[in-house]
Amino acid sequence: MNTATAPGLPQTLADNPRLDRWVRFTAPGEVAVATGKVEIGQGVLTAMRQIAAEELDVAPERIRLHSGDTELTPNEGYTAGSQSIQFGGVALRLACAEVRSLFLDHAAERFGIPRAELSVRDGAITHRGAPTGQDYWSLAADIDLARPAAGDTPIKPVSDYRIVGESAPRVDLAAKVFGGPAFLHDMKLDGMLHARVVRQPRRGATIASIDEPAIRRAAKGPVEIVRDGDFLAIVGNDETAVEAAAAVAPGHVAWDGVDALNPYQEEARWLLQQPSVDQTLGAPPADPAPAAARHEATYTRMHVAHASVAPSCGLAVYRDGKLQVWTHCQGVYPLRAALARTLKLDPAAISVSHMQGPGCYGHNGADDAAADAAVIAMRRPGKPIRVRWRREEEFGFEPVSPAMVVSVQAALDETQRPADWTTEIWSGKHTNRPGGGGNLLAAEALPDPPPAPLAVEAVGPPGAGTRNGEPLYAFAAKRIVHHLIAETPVRTSSLRGLGATLNVFAIESFMDELAERAGEDPLAYRLGVLSDPRARAVVEHVARMSGWQPGAPAGAGHGRGIGFARYKNMAAYAAVVVEIEVEETVRVLRVWCAADAGLVINPDGAINQLEGGIVQATSWALKEGVRLDPSGISSRDWEGYPVLRFSEVPEVAVELIEPKADRPPLGVGEASGGPTVAAIGNAVAHALGARIRDLPLTRDRVMAALLKA
Amino acid sequence: MPGTEMTVNGGAVNVAADPDTPLLDVLRNHLGLIGTKFGCGVEQCGSCMVLIDGMPEKSCGKALSTVAGKSILTIEGLGTPERPHPLQQAFLDEQAGQCGYCLPGILITAKALLDHNPAPSRREIALALDDNICRCGSHVRILRAVERAAAVMRREGVR
Repeated sequence: MNTATAPGLPQTLADNPRLDRWVRFTAPGEVAVATGKVEIGQGVLTAMRQIAAEELDVAPERIRLHSGDTELTPNEGYTAGSQSIQFGGVALRLACAEVRSLFLDHAAERFGIPRAELSVRDGAITHRGAPTGQDYWSLAADIDLARPAAGDTPIKPVSDYRIVGESAPRVDLAAKVFGGPAFLHDMKLDGMLHARVVRQPRRGATIASIDEPAIRRAAKGPVEIVRDGDFLAIVGNDETAVEAAAAVAPGHVAWDGVDALNPYQEEARWLLQQPSVDQTLGAPPADPAPAAARHEATYTRMHVAHASVAPSCGLAVYRDGKLQVWTHCQGVYPLRAALARTLKLDPAAISVSHMQGPGCYGHNGADDAAADAAVIAMRRPGKPIRVRWRREEEFGFEPVSPAMVVSVQAALDETQRPADWTTEIWSGKHTNRPGGGGNLLAAEALPDPPPAPLAVEAVGPPGAGTRNGEPLYAFAAKRIVHHLIAETPVRTSSLRGLGATLNVFAIESFMDELAERAGEDPLAYRLGVLSDPRARAVVEHVARMSGWQPGAPAGAGHGRGIGFARYKNMAAYAAVVVEIEVEETVRVLRVWCAADAGLVINPDGAINQLEGGIVQATSWALKEGVRLDPSGISSRDWEGYPVLRFSEVPEVAVELIEPKADRPPLGVGEASGGPTVAAIGNAVAHALGARIRDLPLTRDRVMAALLKA
Repeated sequence: MPGTEMTVNGGAVNVAADPDTPLLDVLRNHLGLIGTKFGCGVEQCGSCMVLIDGMPEKSCGKALSTVAGKSILTIEGLGTPERPHPLQQAFLDEQAGQCGYCLPGILITAKALLDHNPAPSRREIALALDDNICRCGSHVRILRAVERAAAVMRREGVR
């Protein structure tokens, strides 16, 4: 078999070139389609089904979709970075187009009919629209799909689309609405044991003593205590007993080597005093510097939690030398590699299958919970192990999004527009996934723990901490200065938007500050320096949607603000306007969003993602910051870590710009967050007549700003 | 040990479990009703909401002994794909959800609201749902879905 990879293939198709890794005709009337991307609440399964059905010309109901499974699906890395449709969907589309084409080539040859006269209708081969009596399934035995994609098949023109571009309902919603099995948390295996882990309070902590009788007494039923090094778990067949033991266990284990942290580090400015790995990206400073005027301002954000609605879960069973793992993490192949390293197993002896979990907005506890289950399963061969983290465990031990400081410095020309722009960023790591150098919590507790992950993070586009650090505006010279802080008080990693959230907040706040200096309307000021026509279109569109009026008076307690970004400067464009009122606290009343995501596979699904991003970002902006005490994260429940509740949610209107245009799809899942946070910040400044540059925009900060104003 | 008797989704059940067992564990692990979800275990998020004698209650914090003789309604008892409750149909019609983990609890809270107030304002719906956390940001659709269900139920005289 020729396994050479054709040039110019989409990346994940090049990585997984065999067509039968993507499409197989198994049962009659059914097409098995595989995607390496996984459902994390964003509706990707529905969209992938539409893409495959469209390109194969079969009814969507015929698609049997496999997703995120090391035994069944291509390796597409992580489901992250708003890349599933933009890259994974494009790869699947091409694979499906090529499969369809191979069948038509074969049918043409077999029937002696010109290829151009053949087509496919719901899987049946037609000749000038008439049935031929053959279909994918009758011909499947003749066509070997275990061949590399050539990548030269034309995809269907957008004008022929019947399935893509329609708002197909979510394939996974009904099971959830009727309370059927839908989540990994609901999975039950014969003989399954429940387990909870007693976590090391801090990295490197070692067990001094365990009061096992006290733990067992609390269980009120039989439980096993499993220990290896500093990995400690409670296991039993009655989840209630295991949970009761786990609830008291942290109080009955004494630890050595627990480094106290400085709670002052919950606010971001401590980053400014830390050693850092520094890199500069972009144009050198202009020489001589434009000297008309300068403006500089600094913005900060606390650590932010993913705070999924439920804690993480993992299942594993080790049987006959094979480890089988079920997880709701974002990348089954990287997790398999990390498990192989941790457990010293051959990756081929491990299978990892994705199942849905509570909404995932980045690297939360899911990988760690799977590793916990695997570690215990290895020590109890033949027994399926289910680990469900405790709520305080998820809040206390999931990686959080790092605190950040962003300083923007601009030299202005005589029209008060930046001639030279610097975004200077101080941040811990946004990329600490198990496949990306980061570790699994269980691995750190086992004997011979791996070294701490290196302080390395790619800065170049799309970047992580540097993400969206470069404004899209047409300034003559722009650069990013990145200070990567190696040592953070708590484990940090990717949260929806990564660095873009604070970078966009900083850039867009700064733009409003510049507009104010120039005595111009903030929307008009932006359009004055925005040359990308698609960027201009979303800004102009959201202005129309929101009835934007220049010259609304500031300081009236009621305000409106705008924020704009193109996510990663390479995914979807989004412009957001918000209307707020402030008394002692900020209340977001209405939000309008215009987005350009290129060709949209499922418009309602894309709008749902943009809406969700707006609500979540409103929560980030107004409420969210991880609290620390000397022992670690102290905000371990929903009272300590409040999020936006129903009565605080604004009305939201989202419109897509030309969603059926023949343009490449652009990732949309993270596009609205940064612009929303920025728009809220600008609206608060407008309402108060004073700017708050530190997130979240809490009552205390509002009161302080009012005192200063 | 003599079991605890109660009614779940209209049927009599007898559960042989420690009387301190949280109702949530009874539903999920003893009765196999996995539609009701664990979220926090400390009555803060509403994922585990059920109706107890018609009142919305967080089942994670209710010991089995406290519900003896009472009538429990879970998401499984609200409706089925064949016979959906108007709320379930409205959530599907509005595509009101993303990850969907919070939805069973929200549907139960909404059912309790509509049972007591068939024509709630948007504000009343939001306040009623303040006990339920949705982290994906599906709130706007969920509010719309509850409004839609209320309208359908009023029109069709459903209680």
